[in-house]
Amino acid sequence: MGIKDRIGAVETTYGRLRALGRDPSRLEFQNVWSPTEATLEGRAMMLFGTNNYLGLTFDPEVLDAGTAATRALGSGTTGSRIANGSYGGHKALESEIARFYAKRHCIVFSTGYVANIGMITALGGKDDVLLIDADSHASIYDGCKMAEAETIRFRHNSPEDLAKKLKRLEGHPGDKIIIVEGIYSMLGDTAPLAEFAAVKREAGDGVYLMVDEAHSLGVLGESGRGQCQAAHVEADCDFVVGTFSKSIGTIGGYCVSNLEGFDWIRSFCRPYMFTASMTPGTVSTARAAFKRMAERPELRARLWSNCAALYRGLSDLGFETGPEVSPVVAVKLPAPEIAVGLWNRLIDEGVYTNIAIPPATPNSLSLLRVSVSAAHTDAQIERAIAIFASVGAELGIIGPGAGANRGERFQVITGGVAATRGAQTRPAPQAQASAAATN
Amino acid sequence: MATTDEIEARILTLLAQKVKADITVTGSTNIVADTGLDSVSVMDFVLELEDEFDVNIPLDRIAEVKTVADLAASVQDLSRSS
Repeated sequence: MGIKDRIGAVETTYGRLRALGRDPSRLEFQNVWSPTEATLEGRAMMLFGTNNYLGLTFDPEVLDAGTAATRALGSGTTGSRIANGSYGGHKALESEIARFYAKRHCIVFSTGYVANIGMITALGGKDDVLLIDADSHASIYDGCKMAEAETIRFRHNSPEDLAKKLKRLEGHPGDKIIIVEGIYSMLGDTAPLAEFAAVKREAGDGVYLMVDEAHSLGVLGESGRGQCQAAHVEADCDFVVGTFSKSIGTIGGYCVSNLEGFDWIRSFCRPYMFTASMTPGTVSTARAAFKRMAERPELRARLWSNCAALYRGLSDLGFETGPEVSPVVAVKLPAPEIAVGLWNRLIDEGVYTNIAIPPATPNSLSLLRVSVSAAHTDAQIERAIAIFASVGAELGIIGPGAGANRGERFQVITGGVAATRGAQTRPAPQAQASAAATN
Repeated sequence: MATTDEIEARILTLLAQKVKADITVTGSTNIVADTGLDSVSVMDFVLELEDEFDVNIPLDRIAEVKTVADLAASVQDLSRSS
């Protein structure tokens, strides 16, 4: 199949989606003016489809740090750290993250995707075996494809299946690297890390555990380190990978570890060596955001009360939601066309969510991915639930009376916000909008 | 140890339960092109085969496989070497 055939196949798929409304891959925000508000198609939109879990993208200290570093050190590094040298900020960011995790070493990568492919290719040598959760992110699959090691897939969140697969590898001489995620990005479910760690310990020497905390950094654990901390198994998590593009609100990735000699990975990890390093602006933005995250634990508390409100609100309406309360609330729908229909009507009414349909989803599910931020107000959440209620009933996804006593129940969750206040949408600052669009 | 033919017969029985009723599967059926299964469904089917034959089937081996007969040969090869 050549490039023209592949383009043709994609055009057909997206053409079908476009025929039902908008093309999700081509949405363009004319302006974004807060962690939860943007302009789309000239109208104000409430953002329930980001990964801005702590809402730090507009934190004044974070913005100041990023702009000051850009002015002082320039717009980019124009090269890789191996060939062109590190800046002080890269090293400082690495020590700060290592200290945050209480681990000895940290390597920072240019994106979270690169962190995964970098670490997986470095860990999975020729005679080694990578054992990955079936619902792993594309960056994990791609890293495995690039690595010289063999990859074996185990059932999602199943320590039993992992144990079975490790047992079949008994006597195999190479390292075994288990890879799981803290929170899975589509259904919002968490990994049973204590059980996975037990399986790892049982399997003996040469078995390592790598945890991708992309969606759990700043979200889970007493100080926001993620699911390893929440499950009290940090000592068993040999490699913790994460990203700056979600709770940290910029771009970049990292891996922390206590492995002796870890720093030498920089010298054979091609995705670290052969791409430009993080810009001074993104480095300083990330440093400031880690600092703000530590200074403001109330953001995590606020995030979780928002998660509970949205999750319960949508479940009470009769929507089939993901398995647990989470910053990612999955709304499961019976068919791709229904998911597309609901997604389009929500945008018509001012609620932006993410759509996910097979084969990008586990178990051939069609779903809307509704994400929560600490920056969402009670009014925004109440308004979003009200719109889900009316549009869901209109499309026949939930019963017409499903939201009848919703207001009453919702007051219990959020402490109550007048529906009229919730209905008000802040107008988009148009001057800013056009400036952003032309920049 | 099961012969390749026995493995193929067992795979065909399991695969027939996955595909739509109007699709007939044989040894020469192309697992992706002829079954209506997407790439993830094929990988999920392989999870079942791993249980069925008590063998690990690495992803790069699945990528090499085109037909049911190829898959049966791979399973037998992996069972022998493990």
